[in-house]
Amino acid sequence: MTTPSTTIELSYRDAVREAIRDALHRDEHVFLMGEDVGRYGGCYAVSKGLLAEFGPDRIRDTPLSESGFTGAGIGAAMAGMRPIVELMTVNFSLLALDQILNTAATVRHMSGNQLGAPIVIRMATGAGRQLAAQHSHSLEGWYAHIPGIKVLAPATLEDARGMLWTALQDPDPVLIFENVMLYNMVGKLAADAGAVDIERAAVRRPGKEISLITYGGSLWKTLDAATALAAESIDSEVIDLRSLRPLDDATIMTSVRKTRRAVIVDEGWRSGSLSAEICTRIIEQAFWELDGPIGRVCSEEVPIPYPRHLENAAIPQVPKIVAAAKAALGRA
Amino acid sequence: MEAGTLVEWLVKPGDRIKRGDIVAVVETQKGAIEIEIFETGQVEQILVDIHSKVPVGTPLAWIRTELEAKAGLAAPKPVAQPAAIAEAPPRGLPQVARPPPLTDIVLGEAGRVRVSPAARRLAQERGIDLATVAGSGPAGAIVRADIERSLGVLTEKKRPVGLDLDAMRAAIAAAMARSKREIPHYYLEHRVDVTACEQWLTRTNATRPPDERLLMGALMLKSVALAARRFPAFNGFYRDGKYEPASAVHVGMAITIRGGGLAAPALHDADRLALDELMARMRDLVQRVRAGRIRSSEIADATITVSSLGERGVEALYGIIYPPQVAIVGFGKIVARPWLVDGAIGPRSIVAITLAADHRVSDGHAGALFLAEIGGQLQEPDKL
Repeated sequence: MTTPSTTIELSYRDAVREAIRDALHRDEHVFLMGEDVGRYGGCYAVSKGLLAEFGPDRIRDTPLSESGFTGAGIGAAMAGMRPIVELMTVNFSLLALDQILNTAATVRHMSGNQLGAPIVIRMATGAGRQLAAQHSHSLEGWYAHIPGIKVLAPATLEDARGMLWTALQDPDPVLIFENVMLYNMVGKLAADAGAVDIERAAVRRPGKEISLITYGGSLWKTLDAATALAAESIDSEVIDLRSLRPLDDATIMTSVRKTRRAVIVDEGWRSGSLSAEICTRIIEQAFWELDGPIGRVCSEEVPIPYPRHLENAAIPQVPKIVAAAKAALGRA
Repeated sequence: MEAGTLVEWLVKPGDRIKRGDIVAVVETQKGAIEIEIFETGQVEQILVDIHSKVPVGTPLAWIRTELEAKAGLAAPKPVAQPAAIAEAPPRGLPQVARPPPLTDIVLGEAGRVRVSPAARRLAQERGIDLATVAGSGPAGAIVRADIERSLGVLTEKKRPVGLDLDAMRAAIAAAMARSKREIPHYYLEHRVDVTACEQWLTRTNATRPPDERLLMGALMLKSVALAARRFPAFNGFYRDGKYEPASAVHVGMAITIRGGGLAAPALHDADRLALDELMARMRDLVQRVRAGRIRSSEIADATITVSSLGERGVEALYGIIYPPQVAIVGFGKIVARPWLVDGAIGPRSIVAITLAADHRVSDGHAGALFLAEIGGQLQEPDKL
């Protein structure tokens, strides 16, 4: 007999916080570090209450110096700690790019495998909150270019709750991208939810006629698009990548070999994007299975605008995804 | 033409066959082709089953020739049955039918049809000719469902053996487009008095029953055949960047097919046939082509083509060369014209004979002599 697991209702923000709390409880080497994570409670209120619970040694406010504190986190990781570094947004992470790319991602190679940097770096990404062109971009695709790190994009409560612990067990750097539009998303989660794998893409909706491949904040728009397509008798399958590096080619190709058509939804800019990489892999690995051109729904190639209507127009939305799917099926 | 579907076996293992026998019927885009045999002997083994689509050049059966039988040689063991058309024809094995020269034009160059990769592969696996499939995908592309539909149609109603006019039109389109793209045509016209021919035909036919009468077409065809023998630059094939004159004269005769088809099968050794024999062959050929049954050798072998629009035509026609041939001779309608003969004007029957020839192989001067030779032959019909 199994007891039915009870569920609790919580937000994505709560799920991330629970993941951090759980890690802080389970491993004394874990600590959280970043701008305003302590007394302010985090710029998206993720770490609210953690300072009172764990104290300033483990919830560390830092100066406004991304390169400095990310480097400090990498150093701590190399010295045996398991730091969680929070960067406010991916835009600001560019100040720490030297540390991430030139140090964290390369140290195992440069040290001849004597050192690793088991650091987890969390950051917010994406548009939709009217934060304008210096706080709203989706640059996770850039990070997915870098060998030596893993790049995760939790889109569900389960993954927000479960990816962090698995990432902390990884001997090398892991970057976790939290889409800003997901923090307020509320749903049910098993009370005993815990660690999840960080390697496999997930089929969030099975379907037969077209694969809609996406991740992060676009997952929910894509699921809405799938519902809209179903109303027009188009049976779509929705793939949540979950891990952007490495990409789970097997799950993508299994889906595309079944449906023979694909649309990739990626909030990054189209040129040189993650969507381009996925498209190329499909062509490389499943060309003879394809029954139509591969479609892409990406952000317009502009700095993300401030006005709401322009911001909404700049990023992937349900009608664009529906239109792209229909075009790939020749039903436009 | 790349592949054909074997639709009928007319022999079985153990049957005795002789050179010239028809042993099988293969359906292609050009209609059903009767497969002739070039050996005398005994059918040892059938290698290709009915309804299999195989590439041109695939052995269809093993034949034990009389010589082999005497020597007690066993038939070679087949390696594997070549079923998939993707596979190259096996090399070094005896070939039953010679591959036709037009190997690559039908599928590859017909205006580039959009086909999804999945549809293309399925069509290849199942031997579906893409030229016969209508697309329903993005921008009219052929998608997998279209192939499946056409497979369903094919298995539902067994198509009668014979002509597929749509496929034939696609083949004509491909051949003509290739010709105009690759061959630098030049055109000449020569007006010839054929009054002597008409008078000779009237005399000759006066005592014959209708089915033995000769037609002007036979004289025209023979005159071209004789001229082609004397002018090898117009009788042969231009292939892989060089010209090979043919050793025999096989004149392709353009035959219109009701419903919009056109074929130009060969009359073998037309230069050596007596007029009566030539006429009989022409009648037989027209009848068989219109019934959709052409022999493989007739499709492949023509070394030059003759096109005549006959009495319902216009005064002159300028043909498009059928690659890899290098010349096509056209005959317009015979018209009565005032003509200067021996210093006096009188009514004569005049025909415009045209030449479209490949400038890579010959020049206008040679073309003019060639046309003049045809005209000269037609002045002495009793010698044809």
